[in-house]
Amino acid sequence: MSSEKRSQLFGVMGEFSTPEDLLAATKKAREAGYKHVEAYTPFPIEGLAEAEGFKWTAVPLLTLIGGIGGGLSGFGLQYWVAAITYPLNIGGRPLNSWPAFIPVTFELTVLGASIFAVVGMLALNKLPQPYHPVFNVDRFGQASTDKFFLCIEARDPKFELAETSKFLQSLHAEHVNEVKDEE
Amino acid sequence: MSATQDLRLGQEPEPWLESGHTYASVTDKISSAVLTRPVGIGWLAGFALAFSVVMMLFVAIAWLITKGVGIWGINIPIGWGFAIVNFVWWIGIGHAGTLISAILYLLNQKWRTSINRFAEAMTLFAVACAGLFPLIHTGRPWMAYYMFPYPSTMGIWPQFRSPLIWDVFAVSTYGTVSLLFWYVGLLPDLATLRDRAKTKWQQMIFGMLSMGWRGSARHWKRYQSAYLLLAGLATPLVLSVHTVVSFDFAVGIVPGWHTTIFPPYFVAGAIYSGFAMVLTLAIPMRAAYGMQDFITLRHLEQMAKVMLATGLIVAYGYFVEFFMAFYSGNKFDVFLANQRLHGPYSHFYFALILCNILTPQLLWFRKVRRNIAALFVMSLVINTGMWLERFVIVVISLTRDFMPSAWGRYSATVWDYATLVGTLGLFTMLIFLFVRGLPAIAISEMRELVHQESHGDGGHE
Repeated sequence: MSSEKRSQLFGVMGEFSTPEDLLAATKKAREAGYKHVEAYTPFPIEGLAEAEGFKWTAVPLLTLIGGIGGGLSGFGLQYWVAAITYPLNIGGRPLNSWPAFIPVTFELTVLGASIFAVVGMLALNKLPQPYHPVFNVDRFGQASTDKFFLCIEARDPKFELAETSKFLQSLHAEHVNEVKDEE
Repeated sequence: MSATQDLRLGQEPEPWLESGHTYASVTDKISSAVLTRPVGIGWLAGFALAFSVVMMLFVAIAWLITKGVGIWGINIPIGWGFAIVNFVWWIGIGHAGTLISAILYLLNQKWRTSINRFAEAMTLFAVACAGLFPLIHTGRPWMAYYMFPYPSTMGIWPQFRSPLIWDVFAVSTYGTVSLLFWYVGLLPDLATLRDRAKTKWQQMIFGMLSMGWRGSARHWKRYQSAYLLLAGLATPLVLSVHTVVSFDFAVGIVPGWHTTIFPPYFVAGAIYSGFAMVLTLAIPMRAAYGMQDFITLRHLEQMAKVMLATGLIVAYGYFVEFFMAFYSGNKFDVFLANQRLHGPYSHFYFALILCNILTPQLLWFRKVRRNIAALFVMSLVINTGMWLERFVIVVISLTRDFMPSAWGRYSATVWDYATLVGTLGLFTMLIFLFVRGLPAIAISEMRELVHQESHGDGGHE
């Protein structure tokens, strides 16, 4: 139906006015057997990701790894500098004066964990990603203001354009739009 | 958390957001300050003034680099002077931003929502001003990279047992983490600005900055996880930064510095001055941009309460310093305590007590806490007081250490003042740019607040 030859269907998107409607619709879509559903909202809504079947995120694990890595390399650096490569005998005190190394170890633990948390979050979200098919929907600009969107993606085995559009309408979506992906 | 917020029985607590706001209205209101509001004469005048002060800062720094640190009032035995006083003062001011954005987030305090964004911006700009001072105080700022561990051809490495090196790591980590925290918080709002941008340039700039954020539920889940973790990481970090700054003093054996009360009392003082600075900024900003609906009187009152509490901790710190000096019986400590009261800089000490301990006691009165003009004046008084505190610590101890033959006097030169005032100009200029260039209040969090308030539940669990 599209005039552009090389565009293909990414999915169907329904628009809702309240977070409660969206959450209910997401649950119903999952119950109806759709697997590739994604909701888009202007602020985080409790339980929405879980309703989509997305329960576990690797961000905390990455943060832990970053923190441990930062701490170990921080202490290792100081030990190597103070005890191995540049030993300074000051009043016969031990070269590995570890209590004095704690502040820098702590700071680098926090630094490593924070960088891993942020970069990990962006990478798992596949950002930066300037183009995404959902941006082709005109009304999608409202997703960052006051509208709530639910997209059922075409790669879902149960997806069928007419059927799925009707399904979204039955959930009281205010507007139902096709989402085109321009190759 | 509803009843504990307001102990006046039988009265509904005031809302954190004036009624009648919707998702769209908060978004419009905050984003229009960036996207559509014309540049006013007030903004231009303020910016021009701040910019000219920044030019003065550049002159002061250029002259410093040309002639060396001798243009300042420092000389042995007072090697630290204004540079370190200003450094400690600025870095302390930054602490309130992190406290608001991280600690109040962990404690589920809803009143942080409308002030966290510009408090974080204030942190970043304050850290930038702070970082300038140790850098130029080295005298050869182009060699500042010597402080970082890097494999140099000379085969030398930093001394990791020195608090000054700890400071390098603490401040640079603090700056980096504050920037990350700020940017993560901004991400959804940058997407909002991108979607509402009117001109090509705005679309391109906010489009790039927002990285293609589209607010999907999976994105939000990872986002919230990362944000919570950052808050958890920033909390011990902010406590560690001023602790490490206090180690610069406390690890030394100079009388008046060598005390264990320093870390907690520095942290409390940092938060104290930081909240004062948040008020100094929030009061004019809410008036100029009509943000009274978002930054309500109740917010200002809440900040006044935090100032009162941290001010009392600071007062306790002053008391313990005196008590320990006399209780220890150490004659140098006793002498120094007497010097604060009777020495050549005693007027600084009494001014400090007036600004930091006596004046803030007015905050016990609800009438004062809800009087905007009084709060504004008090925030300036407290910031002055906190600057005086650092002056007292640095100068009185250095001019009166163990041997009378090593005593000295300190007075700042015009270049010291030009640099201090110059950083105030830099800070103001950055704040002016910030309120026009980025959303000064976290829009997505305000939408969340609208959602929570409309559903009558107090805070998410």
